[in-house]
Amino acid sequence: MLELTVYGIVYGSIIALGAIGLTLIYGILRFANFAHGDLMSVGAYIALFLIQVVFPLLGVPQERFGGTSFGWPLILAMPISAGVTALIAIALDQMFYRPLRARRASPVILAMASLGAAFIVRNLIYIFWGPDKINYFPGLYRPAWQLPFDVRIRPDELIIVVLAMGLVALVYFFLQKTKLGKAMRATADNPDLARVTGINTEQVRVWTWGIGAALAAVAGIMYGVNALLYPEMGWGFLLPLFAATILGTVGNPYGALVGGLVIGIVQRISTAWLNPAYQPAVAFLVLIVVLLVRPQGIFGGRS
Amino acid sequence: MARILVALTFAVLGGWLCSFFGGGRKRLGIALVGAVLVGVATILAPREWVTYLLAPVITASLYAVLTLGLNVQWGLTGLFNIGVAAFFAVGAFTSALITKEMPTGLAAEYIKQLFGLNLPFPVGVLGAAAVCGVIALLIGLLTLRLREDYLAIATIGIAESLRLVFQNERWLANGPQPLSGIPKPLFCLVEDPPCAWLPGFVRELVAPLDSRDYDVILLVLLTLSLMVLFWLLQRVTWSPWGRVLRAIREDEAAASAFGKNVFAFKLQAFIVGACVMGIGGALFTASVSTIDFGLFHPMSYTFMVWVMLMAGGSGNHKGAVFGAFAIWAIWMGTTFLSDAVVPFQFKTQVFYVRYLFVGVLLLAILLFRPQGILPEEKGQH
Amino acid sequence: MALLEVQGVVSGYGGMEILHGVSLRVEPGQIVTIIGPNGAGKSTLLKTVFGLLSVKAGRVTFNGTDITGWSPDRIVRLGMCFVPQTDNVFPSLTVQENFEMGAFIRTDDYRARMEEIFALFPDLKARRHVRVGALSGGQRQMVAIGRALMLDPKVLLLDEPSAGLAPKMVELIFERIREINKSGVAIVMVEQNAREALKFSDWGYVLAGGENRFEGSGPALLQNEEIGRLYLGG
Repeated sequence: MLELTVYGIVYGSIIALGAIGLTLIYGILRFANFAHGDLMSVGAYIALFLIQVVFPLLGVPQERFGGTSFGWPLILAMPISAGVTALIAIALDQMFYRPLRARRASPVILAMASLGAAFIVRNLIYIFWGPDKINYFPGLYRPAWQLPFDVRIRPDELIIVVLAMGLVALVYFFLQKTKLGKAMRATADNPDLARVTGINTEQVRVWTWGIGAALAAVAGIMYGVNALLYPEMGWGFLLPLFAATILGTVGNPYGALVGGLVIGIVQRISTAWLNPAYQPAVAFLVLIVVLLVRPQGIFGGRS
Repeated sequence: MARILVALTFAVLGGWLCSFFGGGRKRLGIALVGAVLVGVATILAPREWVTYLLAPVITASLYAVLTLGLNVQWGLTGLFNIGVAAFFAVGAFTSALITKEMPTGLAAEYIKQLFGLNLPFPVGVLGAAAVCGVIALLIGLLTLRLREDYLAIATIGIAESLRLVFQNERWLANGPQPLSGIPKPLFCLVEDPPCAWLPGFVRELVAPLDSRDYDVILLVLLTLSLMVLFWLLQRVTWSPWGRVLRAIREDEAAASAFGKNVFAFKLQAFIVGACVMGIGGALFTASVSTIDFGLFHPMSYTFMVWVMLMAGGSGNHKGAVFGAFAIWAIWMGTTFLSDAVVPFQFKTQVFYVRYLFVGVLLLAILLFRPQGILPEEKGQH
Repeated sequence: MALLEVQGVVSGYGGMEILHGVSLRVEPGQIVTIIGPNGAGKSTLLKTVFGLLSVKAGRVTFNGTDITGWSPDRIVRLGMCFVPQTDNVFPSLTVQENFEMGAFIRTDDYRARMEEIFALFPDLKARRHVRVGALSGGQRQMVAIGRALMLDPKVLLLDEPSAGLAPKMVELIFERIREINKSGVAIVMVEQNAREALKFSDWGYVLAGGENRFEGSGPALLQNEEIGRLYLGG
């Protein structure tokens, strides 16, 4: 059971990273981004491209660090992939979502548009990489460390958790201490007043998408490192992501962290009794319970 | 004989689709012209072409049924259901299980199912509709009070969960293995001798048909079902019940201020839509004798149906049917093109390019013509 | 030259026309109050001037510049700020952060200005790091006004500043508004508390049915019996 919890924390950290991005987009831009899972996929696959194709050409050293499964290529790939994914998300927004919003499209139409975008992105992945499962570093033996209480954890997994926590802290500082971060929080509170106040809503928009997508990309890469890549990987995250976001209250990044961890742990623990294939259904169950019992989430104020 | 049947059916279908355009007196004229053109073309066209066209028209009709169901939920009531594939699958599996027999002997090792009643096809259809209705009732009770985007997420979750259940529970419908041996309705028409329960002169008429012509029977069956369903739904839409639904879609607050129990109406619309989708599933099993949960992939069904509805004209049944045929025609067009033009090694990629194209099409529709090709009819029919 | 001039403005929401040609004039440093029955278009007028609603006919001039059809973020840069009637603060931000948001477009050091505004609202100074959502109605209103003052506006548009407040609070808010005006900021105020507001207004406009009905100095309107009967509650 303890081991399952630990795995749940690792998996939950990945969900949390994705959920933070989703909750920012949902809270600040009032937009249910059904393409968020696929943004994770995009991040993972772009990193794959960099690692498999670009870096060997550039002569980047391939040795691994210590007991981990990766080396410099992954470290370098992460920020680059995050940046590219951010650009893709911003482009999608400028091309599709913004014009729709200008036409006062309902939230449902926007969600439908994001479904369309998700579909397009997923098929692009299918086209360029095919439907097979791929590993970042194929044929690797990945030893696990033995921790007390009979828990085995790989160095990779530890790094995932540390990275997630670190990024959350970074987002926290950004939102609390910087002018743009405060403007984002203000826009989440009251988008109309933000406009009236003179806040540059366009800047807020672009940065929200950028940060959200970048975090999603890192989450996707982390998942790829810990497991493997396949085109549907992002779609499979959609339910856990939304469950975590809503559980932790939409718009609240720290809530998304808590929500992600909870969903991750619950999903992994459920495998003690249930067929592991049902984990997404478990996440969905949590989501339904939250929506019925406390739709404003853990940290939500008003009902 | 088969050719005549096909020509007739195509003519009726073509004429009917043409009648969607134009208003008033012109409609009948357009319909007749369309019908005659299509009918004559079918008689004159080479045999391979006609046979080639049978399957797409059948599939398009199935999609049309699904799209009609979605239109009741979305077009009529404004419910964002992303779980279309799930209801379709449930309908198909239910009908399959009802019409199949329980496997015995060696077959029992390979095919596991919950029950097999070996009942006639119409019972299968009704059963499919009923089961879908019940599931819709349960889901609706839980989720229809939610905000629209939460409802969408919930429908995704339900569709995924149902898919997982079908995929993993072997005892239900053979789990990850395909469920085969589903009997085809009215197959006896093409047997030799034809069905015993038909009157003499009809048996003589259908005598020349053989099992290869079964698809023709299917075509007739599906076209009739589609038109009947359409007619029923049109009656329902323009009834007082339908008007309340439309009022709810326009302005929920106002509707409830008028004292209408918004939730009850939404639930009813959700159930009706789900039943229609279930019927679509049952009809689907008629066209194949083996089904497999993997067939009901969200990409193929849910997404396609949504594009069909938005393209054809959301909010009106004609748009739903027309959209189904139009989009499927475009899809077949791209298949044809890619088969002819693209070199062999890119075959898999092209498959996904076609889906990509559909995604782009949806976004283009949302941006440039969100009301679809056939705008909604206002006022009395 | 008038600071703010509205000439024959026609506007409304969607297909519905609310203002059928309204005019208004504000001199620098004046307090102008707009009163009238519910649905007269008073709030609509403020929103139209600030660019939140589109002008279908007529003209709005600010400091000699024609701002008809300008969007709010352009108008804000010219020196006109707007305080909506409801939802006029950022509840999850602190008082100080709300003010910081008010100063968003300022490129200079705004801290001196912030202290000036805190001096105006000492109640808020003690609570500068409190989440605004936790404050009382009156305090929130002060935050809303303070936020708008961060840009040193020449004109402050206030939509029913005393709405929903206890009488003591109303007195306080009006007193603060007079104080703000003394520092040279012109005030255009829509008020339901017509009597109280007209007492300290330089000029008043009576709007009804989307049209100008009366105008005059504050005291003059107060003494007018007909206006008193129709619009000031006897």
